[in-house]
Amino acid sequence: MVAVNPEIPLTRPWASPSIMTRLHGLVVTVDHKKLGLMYIASALSFLVVAGLQASAIRLQLAIPNNNLVGPDTFNRLFTVHGTAMVFFVGMPIVAGLGNYLVPLMIGARDMAFPRLNAFGFWMFLFGGILLYFSYIGAPGLSGHGSAPDVGWFAYAPLTGRAFSRGNSTDYWTLSLLVSGIGSLASSVNVIATAFGMRSPGMTLMRMPLFVWMMVVVSAMMFIAIPPLTAAQVMLLIDRFLGGNFFNTQSGGSAVLWQHFFWIFGHPEVYVLMIPGFACASEIIPVFSRKPIFGYSAMVGATTMIAFVSMGVWAHHMFSVMSSVGNTFFMISTMAISVPTGIKIFNWLATLYGGKIRFELPMLCCLAFLFQFLIAGLTGIMLAAVPFDWHLTDSYFVVAHFHYVLIGGMLFCIFGAIYYWYPKATGRMLNKKLGLAHVALFFIGFHLTFDTMHLPGLLGMPRRIYTYDPGRGWEILNLITSIGVIFQIAGIACLTLNIITSLRKGEKAGDDPWDAWTLEWATTSPPPEYNFETVPAVRSARPLWDLKHPEDPDWKYE
Amino acid sequence: MITADRLSLPSTPVEWTLPSSRKLAVTSLIVIETAMFTIFVVAYVFYIGKSLVGPYPSEVLETPIVSTICLLASSLTIVMAERAFKRESVGGFRLWWATTILLAAIFLGITAAEWKRLIVGHHLTISTNLFGTTFYSLVGLHASHVIVGLTLLTLVLVFSLKNSIRRADGERIEMLSWYWHFVDAVWVVVFTVVYVVGR
Repeated sequence: MVAVNPEIPLTRPWASPSIMTRLHGLVVTVDHKKLGLMYIASALSFLVVAGLQASAIRLQLAIPNNNLVGPDTFNRLFTVHGTAMVFFVGMPIVAGLGNYLVPLMIGARDMAFPRLNAFGFWMFLFGGILLYFSYIGAPGLSGHGSAPDVGWFAYAPLTGRAFSRGNSTDYWTLSLLVSGIGSLASSVNVIATAFGMRSPGMTLMRMPLFVWMMVVVSAMMFIAIPPLTAAQVMLLIDRFLGGNFFNTQSGGSAVLWQHFFWIFGHPEVYVLMIPGFACASEIIPVFSRKPIFGYSAMVGATTMIAFVSMGVWAHHMFSVMSSVGNTFFMISTMAISVPTGIKIFNWLATLYGGKIRFELPMLCCLAFLFQFLIAGLTGIMLAAVPFDWHLTDSYFVVAHFHYVLIGGMLFCIFGAIYYWYPKATGRMLNKKLGLAHVALFFIGFHLTFDTMHLPGLLGMPRRIYTYDPGRGWEILNLITSIGVIFQIAGIACLTLNIITSLRKGEKAGDDPWDAWTLEWATTSPPPEYNFETVPAVRSARPLWDLKHPEDPDWKYE
Repeated sequence: MITADRLSLPSTPVEWTLPSSRKLAVTSLIVIETAMFTIFVVAYVFYIGKSLVGPYPSEVLETPIVSTICLLASSLTIVMAERAFKRESVGGFRLWWATTILLAAIFLGITAAEWKRLIVGHHLTISTNLFGTTFYSLVGLHASHVIVGLTLLTLVLVFSLKNSIRRADGERIEMLSWYWHFVDAVWVVVFTVVYVVGR
């Protein structure tokens, strides 16, 4: 017998719940869809903040001998910008998309461990707040320091007690430690859900590629994040208990920190990038009106990227290693372009002969395709040791990885937002505003990051807060900074679009894109239980089978 | 266009078995922990013989034979407890389970005595030299896992004494034993690295 609270139904059942009730609902929720949206909303908020920090960096570098922000502030800006973008924008977007979509795509009613899921979200959020709280909290009792200023990879011995006074480095350490535990919680959940809760008939090779790639990413996190956690614990031991792990004066090794950090750091790049591939692998087939070309090759290539990416970390360290080590990591780094190339050709082959619909999600994915190709090409350039010795720690490297993460991952995320927003809210995003966003951001991105390669080639190092005129860098830096204006305008259009379309957007219906995966079989937004009856599937495109009983996929499997 | 068809999603029953989510999660946890221990082991091995000042491992470490035997034996007793659980022998389960707890507690006690001897007798702390830093971190990380395991084992014993464990809890108990075997396996690695290779 359920106890009935007489007050709730009697007091105006037609009124929408008060703001407090709603907030309380968000705090106590264990629903994978709400948590997924909370992940994405917080990540987009961090994106705006960390993006404004990047804008401040570009404003400072727009003209030579600028004194807008001092060197100390500048160090904090690039440290917090980098840390926040990787850990509090990229990672939660991955977790949010995975949370929202994996159960829906495999026909499950929730994740395997809903409470663990909520735990993961709150750990991430508090980690992010901890990072930004450092601006006021870090001086602490000693009165030294502010936000962390040691770079996002925090090389030793810069992080030692002697060189980093106050608590700024501790805030950096703890925020990453806490959010790392949250990421692990959510990745355990994805694996347990995808393997343990598939609907009847959905064999592993019938899972949507999105789910496959999230599974691979989660497995990569198992191997990649614990080294970071371990290294952070060691750093805490050094700083608080007087340990010697990275203390060079008592025989410790600063290079060991670099190894530990990059053992995490390079797989991390793929942890961020593969979810981008995952979105593209769902969007490109639907808007080409063809099934994905080479499904099993895609699965194999993803798995191969996961394995090879565990053995490439020291290409971040070509300048500190022996030539034998350099050769190994050069070859392994170049090897990873093979599975990545397989993917690009598979997407191209999916487009080939397709009946392409140039909707917003597809536009983002087409931009992604050729931008990611360029990013991969500069990656191969940097993988060559002699070339890297010339360019390491220059703006060429900065341009390369921003090309990967913005031109590659972020464009896919934009595509994902346009593609799944109707499912999550029941409303379409405005197409005109969307076109404005994509066009403005596209122009801004290329102004900024195409140009940024050049001062790197001309010898401009990373992390300098200003530079003298007369080196040929001025005009290039100015163009780079001008691009930011377009990017800000683009993001403003996107934000406006997301907010206004919540109420005013065109009604989407259950399946606005005529797509093939199970999430489109339920209502938009889906009910809390996702599916009334747990669906049974017979092929990789269950909705195609349903819509085309005369020519279902399972006849050919 | 699909709305009408939505309710008719085919739900024909097919032969369908899936792996247990709980087992998947615990396996994942063990992989994660393995990756974490690997880094501490690498740090230990990397710093062997690199301490600039003493005391050095060869001077102060003694091979902990008794505690190793206790910990490895506890892996056997927990298997016996599981078997008793499957036979539905409550007394046998409690006996073997309590023995496991006892063995784990002896292991921790001996570790504590060792640390006291090192800290008080040999003035080796975590900040003395690289040996101290890596030794206390690695052995301490393992010991903290033993403490977590011991807490969970004790909790199960308390539940068992209160008769609140049902047959359906079998998989949970199995998961705890997986974790416990993992902690034991890690000790084999730690023992080899610290007390055999590192001296």
